[in-house]
Amino acid sequence: MNSLPVWPIMLPLGAALLAVIWPRRSAWIGIAASLATLTAVGLLMAQVASRGTLVHALGGWEPGLGIALRADALAVALLLMSSLVALAAGWYATGYFRDANRQSQFWPVWLLMLAALHAMLLSADLFNIYVTLELLGLSAVALAALGGGRAAIEAALRYLTVGLLGSLAFLAGVAVMYTRYGTLDMLALAALIEPGPASWLALSLMTAGLLVKSALFPLHFWLPPAHANAPAPVSAALSALVVKAAVYLMMRLWLDLFAPILGPASAWLLGLLGAAAVLWGSWSALRAQRLKLLAAYSTVAQLGYLFIFFPLLAALPPGPARDTAFGALVLMALTHGFAKSALFLAAGMIQQHAGHDRIEELGGTARALPVTTFTFALAGVALIGLPPSGAFLAKWQLLSSAIALGQWLWVPVVAAGSLMAAAYVFRVLGFAFGPSNGVMQKLADGREGLPALLLAIVATAVLGLGAAAVWHFVAPGALLTEAQR
Amino acid sequence: MSLETWLPALIVLSSLLPGLIIFMLREDDHRLRTSLNLLGALVKLLLVGMMIWGVFHERVFETRWTLAPGLDLVLHADALSMLFVTLSTALWLVTTVYAIGYLENAPNRSRFFGFFSLCVTATVGLALAGNLFTFVIFYEMLTLATYPLVAHKGTPEAVRGARIYLAYTLAGGMLLLVGAVWLRTLAGPLEFAQGGILGNIDGLNPTTLSWIFLLLIVGLGVKAALVPLHGWLPQAMVAPAPVSALLHAVAVVKAGAFGIVRVVYDVYGVEFADSLNLLAPLGAVAAVTIIYGSVRALSQDHLKKRLAYSTVSQVSYIALGTAIAGPLATIGGMVHLVHQGLMKITLFFAAGNYAETLGIHKVSEMDGVGRRMPGTTLAFTIGALGMIGIPPVAGFVSKWYLGLGAVAAGSAAWVMPVLIASSLLNAAYFLPILYRAWFREPTREWPASPGHSGRLETHAFLLWPPVITAALALAAGLFAAAPYSPLEWTQIIAAREYRE
Repeated sequence: MNSLPVWPIMLPLGAALLAVIWPRRSAWIGIAASLATLTAVGLLMAQVASRGTLVHALGGWEPGLGIALRADALAVALLLMSSLVALAAGWYATGYFRDANRQSQFWPVWLLMLAALHAMLLSADLFNIYVTLELLGLSAVALAALGGGRAAIEAALRYLTVGLLGSLAFLAGVAVMYTRYGTLDMLALAALIEPGPASWLALSLMTAGLLVKSALFPLHFWLPPAHANAPAPVSAALSALVVKAAVYLMMRLWLDLFAPILGPASAWLLGLLGAAAVLWGSWSALRAQRLKLLAAYSTVAQLGYLFIFFPLLAALPPGPARDTAFGALVLMALTHGFAKSALFLAAGMIQQHAGHDRIEELGGTARALPVTTFTFALAGVALIGLPPSGAFLAKWQLLSSAIALGQWLWVPVVAAGSLMAAAYVFRVLGFAFGPSNGVMQKLADGREGLPALLLAIVATAVLGLGAAAVWHFVAPGALLTEAQR
Repeated sequence: MSLETWLPALIVLSSLLPGLIIFMLREDDHRLRTSLNLLGALVKLLLVGMMIWGVFHERVFETRWTLAPGLDLVLHADALSMLFVTLSTALWLVTTVYAIGYLENAPNRSRFFGFFSLCVTATVGLALAGNLFTFVIFYEMLTLATYPLVAHKGTPEAVRGARIYLAYTLAGGMLLLVGAVWLRTLAGPLEFAQGGILGNIDGLNPTTLSWIFLLLIVGLGVKAALVPLHGWLPQAMVAPAPVSALLHAVAVVKAGAFGIVRVVYDVYGVEFADSLNLLAPLGAVAAVTIIYGSVRALSQDHLKKRLAYSTVSQVSYIALGTAIAGPLATIGGMVHLVHQGLMKITLFFAAGNYAETLGIHKVSEMDGVGRRMPGTTLAFTIGALGMIGIPPVAGFVSKWYLGLGAVAAGSAAWVMPVLIASSLLNAAYFLPILYRAWFREPTREWPASPGHSGRLETHAFLLWPPVITAALALAAGLFAAAPYSPLEWTQIIAAREYRE
């Protein structure tokens, strides 16, 4: 059973090839592969829960030579989110792309993206991470360009350029690491790592690359056009999963691999940028004229919260308090993943039925699309961070850590960000509840709203009421540094 | 897994589940929706009855569910929570009947009744909350569940009123959250306990505690409509009548007042809060609110707006009773939680009947309405007299104990003038309405009322709820000394809070 970590990568990869060979059946292949991937991730999760971190060397080669996969609790938690979101978004996509031609363009790249993402989450080696990061970026650009039209192509090209620059910086950092330590296996590096100019240089280069990819303020400029102009299921995956992948690597580097040699001061810079992202992203979302642009700016803001955790975690000594804060960070990332994908799918529904997504002309939506409006509101609850969502508990712990550590700066930032999020969510709902201007008269909700609703329920109810399970699963022994001790 | 651990959760679920099912019903499934509504309300009433019996026999009911490390969702039944749970459950049943009659043939009923049930779920949840964390959760959920009800009509005014409501309450909720998290980091799990918990913890900085108190009270004061945080309440009266009734009598406004009571008595402890000099400012704000609300009510011609300002004034009696710090005043304040609910819901039901049946929205249109709708007007009269504080209606009992408490605590010098002024002002804005309704000649033809057989003055589902709640308000005053009356129950609570 030790080959289990291979399946979440191989299943979508194989299906991507099948979908190329057999384009007419691509939707069926894609859904079947997504279901199979989810099953594999479920089995993997059960293994990790009972036996702890799994390591698998592809082809039996020793780590350092071959490709090693490493499934720890953090990676598996994100794998579960990505396979669930991918399944729901894929299910939605079967109805979203009406003609078979678009379906056959969509599925191979979509499945390739999923394979790259899963490979990145499971990689135990910095070079493989670089390769998968590059693959992920390229497939994401291809998906973003599927929207067609001038704006989508322009945004995708900019996305491509920025993504390549980011990967290049990351690769340079990886090269420095190899020159200094002679290995790229993360477990081996965790034992060797020591302070020094080479380590700082490598970390700075890799961080710079990842900050571009995770769209941290002020490097976020490429994200809103790319995410807002892509087809709805693609936007959902880009916002919920692809940027989250870069944040995941930041967590690996800052909270794990380099954590022993980092002082608390450097993490403050990330926290400050995160705070600026929260404020600027929320403000821009509030001023957005289009629903999908609002959702994209909201992503900029929500990613900011994740970075506010970095200075807190850097200041906390290992122990229960740090585990709690770390679990809150993971919970926040998971909740955002589900909520944002639900929000984009709901926005896609509204756009298809209304023919546009201009917020001020959405009157009557609540009556015409009750399920979709409800989905939007539920996802909004999670984005604002109100109970019973998982984000509420995460924010409670974030505030709690900030107050306990005396890092008071984050308290007004979180408060202001939450209130602005409430303002932009309810601004939309206000128009949706308002009088109809005749665009949408008839009741148009059907089963196609179901995937988005399920995602929103996961974010708002399941992750809220079951949050203790996330802490239980993720907090202890999730990291390399724990394995070292 | 016994009844003791399940009953609090069942009470919350008995309105949550019907609410969730109702969301999924088709619009024309009228019969099933009505059955579910009434079934949920009756089951809840039955469960609450069981719980009252149990609490009286000193059984401990508690549901506990860990949400995060160190953060438990706790539903716990004590004497104070039972007071509020019983009030919400009984009035929910009455209001559901009223709403069924009121919304007959209106659009979007599934949405309305779904959120209506969620609103009561949140209210009962915060009544049963066993710690501050749980209270915050339900407090925020109440905000969310009420928003679609206020915006229900979908008119620009309704959407605007709902937006203002949301801006106030979410900002208040944020302050409450920060205060609660801060206090949690200093003082542990914050499980409510009679007599308070902070007085028993050493090494807390009084200045910090005062700042936290300010955050909590401002956060709660928004919903309790303390001046100057009351601005949303008159705007929210655009909601349909059953929503206004629930909003003003049980759900939102009371949630704020109940939260103030919880924080002062069961977190800080009333004697400890007094020793930190926190109660005098609260009393001052409450006194200002009482007078200000009444003065503003005087000049409102719109009936629901006049009632809304009256709520601003009356709910602060609860905060006033809390701030005076003495067992008698505590009784007066807490019993007003129930009494104001009964009287105010009667007034809003009656106002809704006038609007629905005759199209009357303004005080100046009410000439002679008593002859056309005697049942409704009689109920309105009882409610109004109670608000003024005329015996034997329930409001008199509240004021009597507040006055006694003020004398006993030595603060009669400023409380008595406030009470007297408030009563006079109440008389000044309610008596002219009664005079118009009963003694003036009608100035116009009454419209033929649609939708009922004509034997009754209006639809039976609209007529009976105010009559019943008025009778309850009267009974709560007449039989105040009887066992199980709200007064007796608050006397038990006060005795436990002061550890006598």
